[in-house]
Amino acid sequence: MEHYNMNLNLKVWRQKNCKSKGEFKLYRVENISSEMSFLEMFDVLNEQLIRDGDDPITFDHDCREGICGACSMYINGKPHGPWQANTTCQLHMRAFNDGDTIVVEPWRADAFPVIKDLMVDRSAFDRIIQAGGYISVNTGNAVDGNAIPIPKDDADASFAAAMCIGCGACVAACKNSSAMLFLSAKVSHLALLPQGAPERKSRVMNMVAQMDKEGFGSCTNTGACEATCPKEISITNIARLNKEYLGAGFTSDK
Amino acid sequence: MLDAKIPAGTLDEKWTEYKGHCKLVNPANKRKLEVIVVGTGLAGASAAASLGELGYKVKAFCFQDSPRRAHSIAAQGGINAAKNYQNDGDSVFRLFYDTIKGGDYRAREANVHRLAEVSANIIDQCVAQGVPFAREYGGLLSNRSFGGTQVQRTFYAAGQTGQQLLIGAYQALERQVALGNVKMYSRHEMHEIVKIDGKARGIIARDLVTGKLERHFGHAVLLCSGGYGNVFYLSTNAMGSNVTAAWKAHKKGAAFANPCFTQIHPTCIPVSGDHQSKLTLMSESLRNDGRIWVPKQKGDNRKANEIPEEERDYYLERRYPAFGNLVPRDVASRAAKERCDEGYGVGTSKQAVYLDFSAAIIRYGKIEASKEGKDNASQEEIIAMGKEVVKEKYGNLFDMYEKITGENPYEVPMRIYPAVHYTMGGLWVDYELQTSVPGLYALGEANFSDHGANRLGASALMQGLADGYFVIPYTLGNNLADEIYAKAVETSHPAFEEAEKEVADRIHQLMNIKGKQSVESFHKRLGKIIWDKCGMARNEQGLKQAIAEVQALKKEFWSDVRIPGEIEEMNPELDKAIRVADFIELGELMCIDALNRNESCGGHFREEYQTPDGEALRDDANYMYVAAWEYAGESKWNLHKEPLNYEVIKPTQRNYK
Repeated sequence: MEHYNMNLNLKVWRQKNCKSKGEFKLYRVENISSEMSFLEMFDVLNEQLIRDGDDPITFDHDCREGICGACSMYINGKPHGPWQANTTCQLHMRAFNDGDTIVVEPWRADAFPVIKDLMVDRSAFDRIIQAGGYISVNTGNAVDGNAIPIPKDDADASFAAAMCIGCGACVAACKNSSAMLFLSAKVSHLALLPQGAPERKSRVMNMVAQMDKEGFGSCTNTGACEATCPKEISITNIARLNKEYLGAGFTSDK
Repeated sequence: MLDAKIPAGTLDEKWTEYKGHCKLVNPANKRKLEVIVVGTGLAGASAAASLGELGYKVKAFCFQDSPRRAHSIAAQGGINAAKNYQNDGDSVFRLFYDTIKGGDYRAREANVHRLAEVSANIIDQCVAQGVPFAREYGGLLSNRSFGGTQVQRTFYAAGQTGQQLLIGAYQALERQVALGNVKMYSRHEMHEIVKIDGKARGIIARDLVTGKLERHFGHAVLLCSGGYGNVFYLSTNAMGSNVTAAWKAHKKGAAFANPCFTQIHPTCIPVSGDHQSKLTLMSESLRNDGRIWVPKQKGDNRKANEIPEEERDYYLERRYPAFGNLVPRDVASRAAKERCDEGYGVGTSKQAVYLDFSAAIIRYGKIEASKEGKDNASQEEIIAMGKEVVKEKYGNLFDMYEKITGENPYEVPMRIYPAVHYTMGGLWVDYELQTSVPGLYALGEANFSDHGANRLGASALMQGLADGYFVIPYTLGNNLADEIYAKAVETSHPAFEEAEKEVADRIHQLMNIKGKQSVESFHKRLGKIIWDKCGMARNEQGLKQAIAEVQALKKEFWSDVRIPGEIEEMNPELDKAIRVADFIELGELMCIDALNRNESCGGHFREEYQTPDGEALRDDANYMYVAAWEYAGESKWNLHKEPLNYEVIKPTQRNYK
């Protein structure tokens, strides 16, 4: 792979805390290698800011290999930037050219208040899981792992939904800030498995109620969530969620 | 001083005996007992969930914004369990034996046997939680092979096993949060252990969003804070992974065991430049199908595809015909380093070897062709079908490789090089996972107990979950049964006040240095010292130099570090500075431990001690012990030796030939 160096202009959202008003600030970074990751480019910028006596830019990041779901930058109008099926930490600078101006913002949604700069509070997702995103089985209750055979296709479909990393890009991409893709991934993961069957109805009802309480918007089937999801969670999960929800609504005893 | 408290009886009866006779706490009393859990990876989340289910009042802490992001999530390949579903001769004994041998005879027999015993329960528990493990067409669980073993005992979920297991544990944890049994504190970091009358009774934590210090009481404190691989700066660990909680415990009296036992994983994406912030692992499972080679000719600059078969050196298959590409990690890493040091490395940096899938693609392609009855399939058709099979098995890893390097591994071999991945050393614990401070426990990678000098692949997930789901619920009860009369201590107690003041003073001191160099620059320099002199190969002279260099670096850090921002706000530079200050101190102890251990074993390779053909040479007569270091003031440690008595296994020179 050929590599090259580039100079870039960055327009980055700065906001001291959740109470203060934010603004865009302009920065310039030079000699950025095309082999760097996007966050490594931010590391370079932050070292520069520290050297100049400025406040470095705060952003969430941890594993830097696309699996923890911490990183969350809205880059040039797209969550996680221009590449398909990708997280910010795995975006590499060869996606950009010398002289580019890159605009970087935090996730924007009422349910994800800004903590500082590009860092937001996604604890609403944890509370949605608390509302029912689990199978109620205490440690020690389990039967042998092979006692319930599960058709490979079901297990694979469940796994495809369970791959969600909870980053929130789906919410950031949605014009309504809906959390339906996130929620539907969890409902599908558990509804597709026989272990999830006993709590199937209450789970979907409670999780949807919690989602509404957190202030996420409604789904209008635009599909921006699916297009931006780093793990390619399919929008058919939302169809399954609706089916589960309707079914539970009609047949639930409660 | 150190009593491992290993129960009496034969090895395979110890755990059963223990469980049968340990003390219990009745449900009404459990509700009065408070437990603090620091860290919410596999060990912490499973412990917090299980203890919450039992009825204890649990407080769990993590520095991430959600417990679901702990670094266990990045584990790729799988989790071992002695299920013997494949009917290929596996058993509890064999898993136990492989783990002890893989650890180069530096782990405790009783702990490892218990680990093997509970391994099967872990799979059952995870399946019940809805972990979507890979399955066969008959609907039953699938297995694959991993390094250092000759049976197929590894359960997996594509290349995201850690993620799926962690989400299982996280969901169990969140259920307990919803039920009010666990209170969760995200974006919090533990900064001090509070001791009252010699027992751990709480912690001082810092809310990373507000920067404020908090006091939390617990009848017991469980550290599940992971390993210390980030001491090397570059490692496969997450950026936030740190030793601070364990190190604070160490300075409060918990012995730190075998710190020099660190694991260098053989298959990682090589370093591409100075800007690199972390390294990425390519799962060991790739060694099932990938063949590792370098050119036979030194400094060969041809592209991989231009080097004919007979000019390739499949050095693992050549040196270790019995295990081939599936030798344990320490052996594979050293062999790669040896080839590169000799001048056979590939790529621009020459610090890489090839991991090649072309043979596997053709092998799988032929199988597919035969399944479909295409006897006359062309080479292209076979390759196309083979690629599909490889994609199904390793697709996400291949994609990740391509994103990072810009090269397509279906077409050209991957370039890989060893990188720091795991730390076998950690807080010393007894059979009950209790550290040398009463009431303070360490679980998962944070403790030292099960992997000896080298961990086998797919065993970290097993150990983390074993400790959290199936060990601590028993051993903690055994100790808390004596605490039922101990009332919760008010956090206005002088011990809390004093501990908080210590933390606050240290933070003020750091902020007031107002020097010129960034935290990151110190961390990089520390990493380079440790990697060069206490990495894959160590020697006496280098280690002595490293100790002096680390001490000098520490002085420089405490006089010239620059931390921007304020204390009472979200300040990631301050968080990092606190962690790096602890890494520097740990780095010194690692070198001291490596210098003390005049032998080679597992991941600890002292150049002075090797066999004529370059294998690690142990010294069982003098070093068959756990080196547990007691903190005795700045740059001072006392060594306590816990002898390792092998009652069942007879240690021999490890042989993978």
